[in-house]
Amino acid sequence: MSSADQNPQPLYAKREPIFPRRVKGSFRTMKWWLLAVMLGIYYIIPWIRWDRGPEMPDQAVLLDLANRRFFFFMVEIWPHEFYFVAGLLIMAGIGLFLFTSALGRVWCGYACPQTVWTDLFILVERWIEGDRNARLRLHRKKWDLEKARKYGLKWVVWFLIGMATGGAWVFYFADAPTLFVDLFTGQAHPIAYMTVLILTMTTFLFGGFFREQVCIYACPWPRIQAAMMDEDTLTIDYRYWRGEPRGKMKKGQLDPDQGDCIDCMACVNVCPMGIDIRDGQQMECITCGLCIDACDEVMDRIGKPRGLISYMALSDQVAEQQGAEPKSVWKHVFRPRTILYTSIWSIIGIGLIVALFIRADLDMSVAPVRNPTHVVLSDGTVRNVYDIRLRNMYHDTRVFTLSVTENPDLSLSIQGEDSNSVTVGPDEQALLRVYLTAPPGTRSNTSERSTVRIWASIAGGSERVYSDTVFNGRSQ
Amino acid sequence: MAEESENKVKPPSRQYPDPAKKLEQEVKTTGHTWDGIEEYDNPMPRWWVWIFIITIVWSFGYWIAYPAWPGIQSATSGLLGYSSRANVAAEIADFEDRNEVFFAQLVDTDLDEIREDDELHRFAINAGGSVFRAQCSQCHGAGGAGVQAAGYPNLLNDDWLWGGTMEDIHQTIRYGIRNEDFMDARWSEMPAFGRDGLLDDEEIDQVVNYVLSLSASDHDAELASAGQELYEINCASCHMDDGSGDYFIGAPALNNQIWLYGGSPEAIRHTIYYSRFGVMPGFAERLRDAEIRAVAAYVHQLGGGQ
Repeated sequence: MSSADQNPQPLYAKREPIFPRRVKGSFRTMKWWLLAVMLGIYYIIPWIRWDRGPEMPDQAVLLDLANRRFFFFMVEIWPHEFYFVAGLLIMAGIGLFLFTSALGRVWCGYACPQTVWTDLFILVERWIEGDRNARLRLHRKKWDLEKARKYGLKWVVWFLIGMATGGAWVFYFADAPTLFVDLFTGQAHPIAYMTVLILTMTTFLFGGFFREQVCIYACPWPRIQAAMMDEDTLTIDYRYWRGEPRGKMKKGQLDPDQGDCIDCMACVNVCPMGIDIRDGQQMECITCGLCIDACDEVMDRIGKPRGLISYMALSDQVAEQQGAEPKSVWKHVFRPRTILYTSIWSIIGIGLIVALFIRADLDMSVAPVRNPTHVVLSDGTVRNVYDIRLRNMYHDTRVFTLSVTENPDLSLSIQGEDSNSVTVGPDEQALLRVYLTAPPGTRSNTSERSTVRIWASIAGGSERVYSDTVFNGRSQ
Repeated sequence: MAEESENKVKPPSRQYPDPAKKLEQEVKTTGHTWDGIEEYDNPMPRWWVWIFIITIVWSFGYWIAYPAWPGIQSATSGLLGYSSRANVAAEIADFEDRNEVFFAQLVDTDLDEIREDDELHRFAINAGGSVFRAQCSQCHGAGGAGVQAAGYPNLLNDDWLWGGTMEDIHQTIRYGIRNEDFMDARWSEMPAFGRDGLLDDEEIDQVVNYVLSLSASDHDAELASAGQELYEINCASCHMDDGSGDYFIGAPALNNQIWLYGGSPEAIRHTIYYSRFGVMPGFAERLRDAEIRAVAAYVHQLGGGQ
């Protein structure tokens, strides 16, 4: 058939289960430490306390969705300041660009939750079922009591890890000690239980069963990273000019014509993605560095220099093959591209920090009432009404005073208040109905429209904010 | 030797499936051909198929537990007795239960004391506002500004026909104005001075100018001074000598800038010639006591409450 000639590859491939072998080495050690530190951060952060005064939550990091506040240590963000969060997300994105262009997929290999939790799940699997060969045997074995016991135990442990993962997540959204007790006494909000359940299941399935498929089929990042990397990017590669032609050792001796690769498959067996790094750069490779550890161990044993597989730039591969010296790591890392990413990242970061320090802890928004545009009172005075929202972004009760400038005709009063001052509670807002009046005969009274500036200031303080709006006269 | 081997070596070929080998495998097609394009018949991914099967199994349970099969009158109700309408009804009942506390409190609280209780007042304004938008905004406008051309009073300013205290406003809403439905309805009637021949055109002109002069509006001073005596004989008994009007009998103040039907000489002449007879229904039977009190509180805080 002609169509078969044009596209002979099947479009469907069944997943081949991967049983990574245990490996020792510097990358593996580093990954364990990173795993411990990052999981530690994840679990400990919600429990850190931070004193903000008696009226405020004392949790250092809290996303208080119910009250629409975001607390991050000394910083508190209100919904109208959400651009801080947007800025942080942009920084995270550009940071990812920076790290990928300098060091390849370091995010994927060391920091991505999918990698970290999969690592943890594989560790559990090895503790219960043994190393690669034992796991393979168990996998091929027909179901019996031993297989059921081991698989069952493994799934239970995975599920518990999943529950701990989902359980910790909800602590970021409510007071952790209270919620902890509530979760176990059945008093927590149903949404908390749903969140825990969903994250338990996603952790269980993603870490236990989907694993590398998430990276290969679901995650967009492996596709995007190709645009971030170039020949100067440090990444993991196989020195084929040194390793090829590969061949098995015969009687403990290397054939003088063959390369350093003894085709022991150590690099393939330890790979959590199930690929062969000797095939070169591949989309599946998350650059976790485990093949480096595996190969170095073998090179040590057969008395060859380490680094048959190692971090290198693709340009070095070519240079080394031609007998030239590779460029220094610093020359790879500092190049226009990474410098550009760093500067964009820093500019946004500096902008956010500056914005954080110069922002006022009071805010006012003025919404003129436009139905009707103005009211004439019995003595001929023209009155406009404004809905004013005052935000007291401070941990103490404060008195706000309203005043009006730019227009001497107008005077201001607050409905239901005897003075132009109102008290607003800590971290609260007040919605006021404010009247501006222009007495008969004044320009603002008779003209169509005049501009006006309304000020809100803190009694006994220097802070104040303003908002410009318009006053409609009777010609309107 | 090392150099030699370096030049000899080539990168290993990738271990992707060998196309030649795959040719031998039969790729099934569905047999559909269109314009030379054939459709492959590759199997669905396993996980996809399993989810498909699970959803089918799930649906059997769903049929039993939830409303599913349509009948002639209604669908099968399901073992769990779920009904979105019943849920809505329950939610409404829940809200009503919670509002009932405030409604009871509204009825028990003196009209003038509603303002003292912040929470109750906020509730009254919100509840009254929603009743106002449904029952009152047709004439008085959604913003309460009324319609001058039609004589629907503006409720935002500081002048009142029948008084602007909570008691007054409550009374007006409860029984209405110039209707036959309630004994307690507000009632007053101005004579139609022109139509009924009480004043002739010249006299009406004089009174119009005198009325304009009361509020220091543009007027003819000569005509106005001629109209003063006519005003005092015909109008002052209700509108008072100084034109300040009388809330108790619904006589509007003529000495200020607020005109129910407009302050132009033409509008005032029309009023004197034909009189006016604005009506408002009483709401005593349409709304609950608590709702009427809530609307009174809402209107009172629109800007003119006394």
